[in-house]
Amino acid sequence: MARMKFLCDADRCIECNACVTACKNANEVPWGINRRRVVTINDGKPGERSVSMACMHCNDAPCAAVCPVECFYTTADHVVLHSKDLCIGCGYCFYACPFGAPQYPKTTNFGSRGKMDKCTYCSGGPDGADGSAAEYAKYGSNRMAEGKLPLCAEMCSTKSLMAGDGEIIAQIYRERVLKRGYGSGSWGWQTAYQEAINV
Amino acid sequence: MFRTSIVKRLLLAVALSFSLHAAMAQPAPAVRQDAPVSGFNPDSVEVHQDELLANQRLITGRITLPDARARTLIQPDGRMWRDYQRSVVPWIAAVLVLGTIAVLALFYAIKGRIMIEGGRGLATIIRFSSFERFMHWLTAGSWCVLALSGLNMVAGRFVLLPLLGNETFSALSRLLKPAHNYVAFPFMLGIVLMLLVWLRANIPNQVDLNWFKAGGGFLHGDHPPAGKFNGGQKMVFWIVVLGGAAMAATGLTLMFPFVVTNIFGMQIIQVIHGLIALLMIAMMLSHIYIGSVGMEGAIDAMGSGEVDLTWAKHHHSLWVADELAKAEKSPPSPAE
Repeated sequence: MARMKFLCDADRCIECNACVTACKNANEVPWGINRRRVVTINDGKPGERSVSMACMHCNDAPCAAVCPVECFYTTADHVVLHSKDLCIGCGYCFYACPFGAPQYPKTTNFGSRGKMDKCTYCSGGPDGADGSAAEYAKYGSNRMAEGKLPLCAEMCSTKSLMAGDGEIIAQIYRERVLKRGYGSGSWGWQTAYQEAINV
Repeated sequence: MFRTSIVKRLLLAVALSFSLHAAMAQPAPAVRQDAPVSGFNPDSVEVHQDELLANQRLITGRITLPDARARTLIQPDGRMWRDYQRSVVPWIAAVLVLGTIAVLALFYAIKGRIMIEGGRGLATIIRFSSFERFMHWLTAGSWCVLALSGLNMVAGRFVLLPLLGNETFSALSRLLKPAHNYVAFPFMLGIVLMLLVWLRANIPNQVDLNWFKAGGGFLHGDHPPAGKFNGGQKMVFWIVVLGGAAMAATGLTLMFPFVVTNIFGMQIIQVIHGLIALLMIAMMLSHIYIGSVGMEGAIDAMGSGEVDLTWAKHHHSLWVADELAKAEKSPPSPAE
């Protein structure tokens, strides 16, 4: 099976936030929750770069390691998913996540968080009901079951954000960097996969 | 007049633009070997995530979302917190909790129950008023909920999860997690009440120093003199009050996450909260032991509130003398 990854080529990102919008629309995520976001570094200064970031579906995912109720699991495509039935909303995964991916629907009294929500790599939920309305309401779309990649990457206008098998998207990135002569790095890869794309 | 000024300005503008041109025509900075196809090299001011991460703990930037937490792009420290949470804390918990229980069991096996010398007498003396017992059990009861629900977060997945299965364990944890938040408030109230009511009796003095020098009577069997609270009890008092204050401060910060600090601060505070909690659990296990099975007559103080006079004379000689002197000065008014 493929090892699915995200890769944001920050030298191509134009901070249009279309990936954020596409994600929200494809998965109907509630107000206040952003499974994907675009962060701009050195804003307005030389060397400004924008990076689109979501759950990186890490190797040995920190969220899964710290979860007190073991609600996380990894699919055959190495997508890190979690069960909202088991989640107790403790917030540990947010402290452990290097990418700020876990989101919580309500931060009302006493920090009661509600069930965690995060990028599912458009793989729906763990209940095995691929494409059902109940799964969609709980976890969002299941494009992977339809043979499609996550919508954020699929509709990126500059093809900055890539999704797919890690080796293939790394090769695309490598070719790009060689051709244009520069690259700001495979953002988050070292932290998520303990390997960067060296060109 | 007007016309000349315009001409002057025009001339100045032309001169300026020429000088600018000249400045721009300066030889371009050395072009890299791998010159890009486009001829424009945005890499001249390079930004690379490796350099950013080498210089700072987390990479932050600007974001259009109102959520300030989302500004943090990458925080590799999350993995450190993960390692600590997964590999260190369960061991600390096991050593402190199981170790304390083992030491107490060993102590019980060697010393057995410390009995009242000469046996129980007929006379009793009031040691704690009903309000004192109320605030003690308010704190103690909420402490039990807090300690068990807290330990569940640390070790539940290793101990209970294999026994109960995912669904049941998750349902239990879903009850314990908010319980931890809500029961924290009666606990904090109990701590404040104990501080107010028992502060005067818990100021350390020379008597306590001698009490500690005599090993609290545990070593030789002869009871060193003590007031209402002996040195050991005063120690427990200050551990509970100061530890409780630290637990409240860190706990409230965790209860209202990211209000006072960022992700790095939250991780540190969670670690402190857990470590102090485990130390206090170990301490309180000893307190529970000596107040119940460890010593005959001790539980009465927090049960009925009246303790055996002989026991009181042995363990709190100065306090008994004070109470008896007070009683002689103002004898209880006779029933009408």
